[in-house]
Amino acid sequence: MLQYKTKGYRAFQVVNTLIMLFVIFITLYPIIYLVAQSFSSEAAVSAGKVTFYPIGFTTATYKYVLENGDFFRYYWNTIVYSVVGTALSVTLTALLAYPLSKTKLRLNKVLIPFVVFTMYFAGGMIPNYVLVTQWLGLSDSMWAVILPPAISTFNFLLMKSFFAGLPEELEEAASIDGMGTYGIFLKIVLPLSKAIIATMTLFYIVGMWNEWFGPFMYLNTPSKMPVALYVRALVEGANQVDVGSAAETSNIQSTIKSATMVLTTLPIVCVYPFVQKYFVQGMTMGAVKG
Amino acid sequence: MAKTKKQKLVHQESLGRHVKKNWKLYSLALIPILWYLIFKYIPMLGNIIAFRRYKGGPNIFGEYWVGFRYFEQFITDETFWNAFWNTLRLSIEYLCVRFPATLIFALLINEMRNLKWKKVVQTISYLPHFVSLVVLCGMVKELTSLSGPINTLITSLGGDKISFITEPSWFDTVYVASGIWQALGWGTILYLTAMTGINTELYEAAAIDGANRLKQTIHVTIPGIMPTVMTLLILDIGGIMTSGNMQKILLLYNGFTQDRADIIGTLVYRMGITGGNFSYATAVGLFEGVIGLILVTSANTLSKKLTETSLW
Repeated sequence: MLQYKTKGYRAFQVVNTLIMLFVIFITLYPIIYLVAQSFSSEAAVSAGKVTFYPIGFTTATYKYVLENGDFFRYYWNTIVYSVVGTALSVTLTALLAYPLSKTKLRLNKVLIPFVVFTMYFAGGMIPNYVLVTQWLGLSDSMWAVILPPAISTFNFLLMKSFFAGLPEELEEAASIDGMGTYGIFLKIVLPLSKAIIATMTLFYIVGMWNEWFGPFMYLNTPSKMPVALYVRALVEGANQVDVGSAAETSNIQSTIKSATMVLTTLPIVCVYPFVQKYFVQGMTMGAVKG
Repeated sequence: MAKTKKQKLVHQESLGRHVKKNWKLYSLALIPILWYLIFKYIPMLGNIIAFRRYKGGPNIFGEYWVGFRYFEQFITDETFWNAFWNTLRLSIEYLCVRFPATLIFALLINEMRNLKWKKVVQTISYLPHFVSLVVLCGMVKELTSLSGPINTLITSLGGDKISFITEPSWFDTVYVASGIWQALGWGTILYLTAMTGINTELYEAAAIDGANRLKQTIHVTIPGIMPTVMTLLILDIGGIMTSGNMQKILLLYNGFTQDRADIIGTLVYRMGITGGNFSYATAVGLFEGVIGLILVTSANTLSKKLTETSLW
């Protein structure tokens, strides 16, 4: 370990620390700026005075946003889509992953490639759109938002490898005791799989919370839209010239935009430090097993 | 020997009996398999409307064959070629910055000796991955606005304000920089995992041979993570033509920057979903998909030959 103490390496460590501080600064600055802006007065923001901390501190913007009925309706929609969508996604993924993790099932030789193939080749944007709107007739429905992305094949592979790693003996013992397949799945396998279920829930809920393109394509009624689309309409207002819509909102104040963005991102930023390790585990698990 | 015999016996069981015996297990997968059929395989077959006339309606596989009519249409369309080259240019620029940046950042994190501090850096650098695209693009617009902090900095240094969002020549920078902001930290995870998997004895042996830390990095760490690097590179090259970042461009571009920002994905979106030219847009999308498939296959073959690492 001598090489850690050489002059050159020490100098490198100092430089490395500086680089890391720089990266942290660049990473956090946009978020700090948004928060600073959201607590500043609009006059200070448009004069370009705000950089790191609020100027002309005020909570009026948040009061305005939170007292605005629209915001809550959109926020509530996001919560509903995230909760219902995640419940559906986790259920479907588990139902698929459990039987496909059983090596004794001979049809898995066909079923697994059938599922995995969709990772390499997929129907494009238009065939998907046509399917959802023209064939299934789900335009302007919650199902158009939560059904098409319901199963992620990547998540399926993670869950399958988790199930495959469970000790076979417990299931065999339960089977000898006369427990049926469904009973074993519900009462033996699922309680042993809390860790992977938690990981899947996080993966899906973050995906659904941030989802905007599906709702953007499929939903027409404003009262059904998630908060992401509300944020988009606010943001587009100022800069969009002729692509897209929402030109009528062109005078939205920066403080309102940033307060809305902060409120939209808040749940994820608050929960994130505590659940980060599950995401990282999931990523690396996927890399090893997938 | 006994085992193989037993396996043979199992295989002699007819498929019908096997399914009958295990139908309860199979039944669990029934709804998810149906989901795959409807939401993955039907759209795959739905690509057929690139060769058939389809003007909307429940007959989603089109009315009649038109051959390559839609392909001929877009091949001669300037808008398509503009989008084609934009896709290539933006993807390559982004890849050329992101790929080395992620690798270098991972190597630098790996050199951190204070584990608590290392953890802090990692946690913070992963955070942008979880920020939604809509908020990311909103943030970009706030930061680069005329009264935003970047322009404040420029004017305080004596420069002139720049309207980054409406200035076409700045689009690439905005696009790449915001992508790096979001992807840098998260992209290190697989490298760091690969690095922890390197046998420490290799480092010790290198140290005994007099290799300093830099030489150890070059001769131990980098070869150790080479398979991961190659795998990710193959995936990235395969993705150069696919519209992974189409959603971001849809949120970022505007009438001023469209000429430089329009990529195949956004063209497909405008043509198909805004314009209702389903068949034309499907043909463009299919073209892009096939190129993507060719790219990833070639990259894979090349990597197999050069480094003996491949996806399949």
